Amino acid sequence: MKMYLRQAATAVRFLLFATLVLGVLYPLAVFGAGQLVAPFQANGSVVKDQAGNPAASALIAQVSADGSGAQSPEWFHARPSAVSWDPASSSASNLGPNDPKLLDAVSTHRAAIAAAEGVPVTDVPADAVTASGSGLDPHISPAYARLQVARVAAARGLNPGDVQRLVDLQTSGGAEAFLGQASVNVTLLNLDIAAAANRH
Amino acid sequence: MVFSAASVITQIAVLLVALFLVHKPLGIYMDKVFTGSRSSKPERVFYRLAGVDAGTEQSWSVYLRSVLAFSAVSILVIFALQRLQGVLPGSNGLPGVDPWVAMNTAISFVTNTNWQTYAPEATVGIFVQMCLLAVQNFLSAAVGIVVAIALIRGIVRAGTDRLGNFWVDVTRASFRLLLPLAAVAAIALVIGGVVQNFWSTDVTNQAAGVSQVIPGGPVASQEAIKVLGTNGGGYFNANSAHPFENPNVFTSLFQVFLILLIPSALPYTYGRMVGDQCQGFTVAGVMGALWLASTALMAWAVASAQGTATTAAGGLGEGFEQRLGPAASSIFAASTTLTSTGAVNVAHDSLPPLAGGVAMLNMMLGEVAPGGTGSGLYGMLVLAIIAVFIAGLMVGRTPEFVGKKIGPREMKLAALYILVTPTLVLVFAGITALLPDAMANAPAGGPHQFSEMLYAFTSGANNNGSAFGGITSSGPYVSAALGVAMLLGRFLPIALVLALAGSLARQRKIPVSAGTVPTHGALFGSLLLSVTVIMTALSYFPALALGPLAEGLIQ
Repeated sequence: MKMYLRQAATAVRFLLFATLVLGVLYPLAVFGAGQLVAPFQANGSVVKDQAGNPAASALIAQVSADGSGAQSPEWFHARPSAVSWDPASSSASNLGPNDPKLLDAVSTHRAAIAAAEGVPVTDVPADAVTASGSGLDPHISPAYARLQVARVAAARGLNPGDVQRLVDLQTSGGAEAFLGQASVNVTLLNLDIAAAANRH
Repeated sequence: MVFSAASVITQIAVLLVALFLVHKPLGIYMDKVFTGSRSSKPERVFYRLAGVDAGTEQSWSVYLRSVLAFSAVSILVIFALQRLQGVLPGSNGLPGVDPWVAMNTAISFVTNTNWQTYAPEATVGIFVQMCLLAVQNFLSAAVGIVVAIALIRGIVRAGTDRLGNFWVDVTRASFRLLLPLAAVAAIALVIGGVVQNFWSTDVTNQAAGVSQVIPGGPVASQEAIKVLGTNGGGYFNANSAHPFENPNVFTSLFQVFLILLIPSALPYTYGRMVGDQCQGFTVAGVMGALWLASTALMAWAVASAQGTATTAAGGLGEGFEQRLGPAASSIFAASTTLTSTGAVNVAHDSLPPLAGGVAMLNMMLGEVAPGGTGSGLYGMLVLAIIAVFIAGLMVGRTPEFVGKKIGPREMKLAALYILVTPTLVLVFAGITALLPDAMANAPAGGPHQFSEMLYAFTSGANNNGSAFGGITSSGPYVSAALGVAMLLGRFLPIALVLALAGSLARQRKIPVSAGTVPTHGALFGSLLLSVTVIMTALSYFPALALGPLAEGLIQ
């Protein structure tokens, strides 16, 4: 018994001092180093709009619906989200590949997107109708972006060719696209679209 | 989404080359960490503060008692401080954690499982994340490593009952090995885009004309040790699928590298410590072959894109991150379940049925390819003892392993070790399947419902921590049952390994003779591989047939 108590006392003191190093000093040191070498990334990759106000994190999706919840035609839309694109939480749908609820959700998304973009349902790519693992992924496939170009251009009074060029500028390439897949960052693209519309 | 076989092959090649390049220097370094007799000045100060008598070595039973005392104290402290979160600083306005959740979480992080029955964003503030959970990311990984080192010492030493000093070993594993590696990895992750601050940022979303709160937190520091220590508990609910934990395909590949780093270098340390590098290479070769086969199987199963909903969607997408893609996610899913990590960058619940089945199979292999930090190596060494016993039976010789006789006591301990996790998984999953109220926590119907429950207990008992996320595990029954599975799945094997180490250390060395079955080389390697696979298949095939195989083969 005495031996157990001695071990337990050592354990308590060990845990306390280990916590000071591993749970306080270490994260503070990484914080300091991060603020020195990569403050932009360390603070959430926050990007500003034309007026210089913080507008988004380059890594996080944003809701593009207006107050009534209807998807606004002036913006590119991100993929469906199990958390309504709110970074206060993060989650996938966690529905199985044969789940009837997922089948329903996919079909509903497909019909809605086909109607909104004025294309046949078969033209809607998989990423457009499926929720991402985090619910916060701002990226879509180049195919889904292409699908949205005509609508956004019309709603903004922009030339579709110019809008497609903005899409291309926000499309990943090179090693990133090879190891992963070519993706369009909708959050950054929408900032570019707003800027282009202001200039217009 | 695009599934690119070229990308899978490239990522496998990059990982293999990178791990090959570092395994030798890291293996040598780890040997020096644990065989060096000198303590540094800061370590001596630390020992004095903690009340550690660094000069005395412990017998296996005292070593085990230290493991248990340390873990019990850690569990109690983490449980209590989570309950008190509401009155402590750094709570981010969150109340005390629910008792069942707090209990499950305390056990989960101390056992290196990091099963998360809670959504971190809504449950735990910065204090709990940084000072409790992240600390256990270091310490539970260190405990796994030192138990493996104690087993190696048992093999190396002769005629002694001393296995080393647990407190000294954990101190060195934490501060000489994990801390510097984690610090470098964390800074690399920050540069890659992972967040490391202590505040959130308000931005104005132009599209919706509303403000959006961009979360912050000490994420990179936790992320680094989460993967390096094969822990897997995410700072955010979505884990490595979250853009702030895993911003792009490069950080994703880097995280897989960190997951595999220590477990794949430990065989080199083992070979060096026993003075026969062929032993280390054989173990590493078996681990590598299993990893490669399983990763290829996972990629194939993901590429199949099976499932009615998946087909209706026009292919893979549900649960996948567009920026990472299915290739990077299949690599990640294989490595996280072949080790005791359990971090995820794709929702495993939404994977094609056979891919979910491969994830379960990986954990059922006992997480030995290359396995958790330390636990992978001691698991593989126990399997090697079983293999040498079987080889001994075949040729009618007394089995020997690296100069030690494998007698009845050693065999009993090894056989018990092999029985622990299958028993826990199958008994708990079996009992739970008979309880309708408990099964209601897995809302999917049919074979997928059983898969969700089987996955949970496989993950818990093997200390993995990944999940089919559709399951709700915060209720009393599931969180308690998983808590027991995690505890027994961690500490029974550790107790058996340390007893085995003690019993091996007491023996005299026996010289290699003409009758010794060599425990290195391709022949023994294939035997070890077969034993691992056959043992797993015999234990788990019926259960797998009811879940993922049924779901995957119905169509």
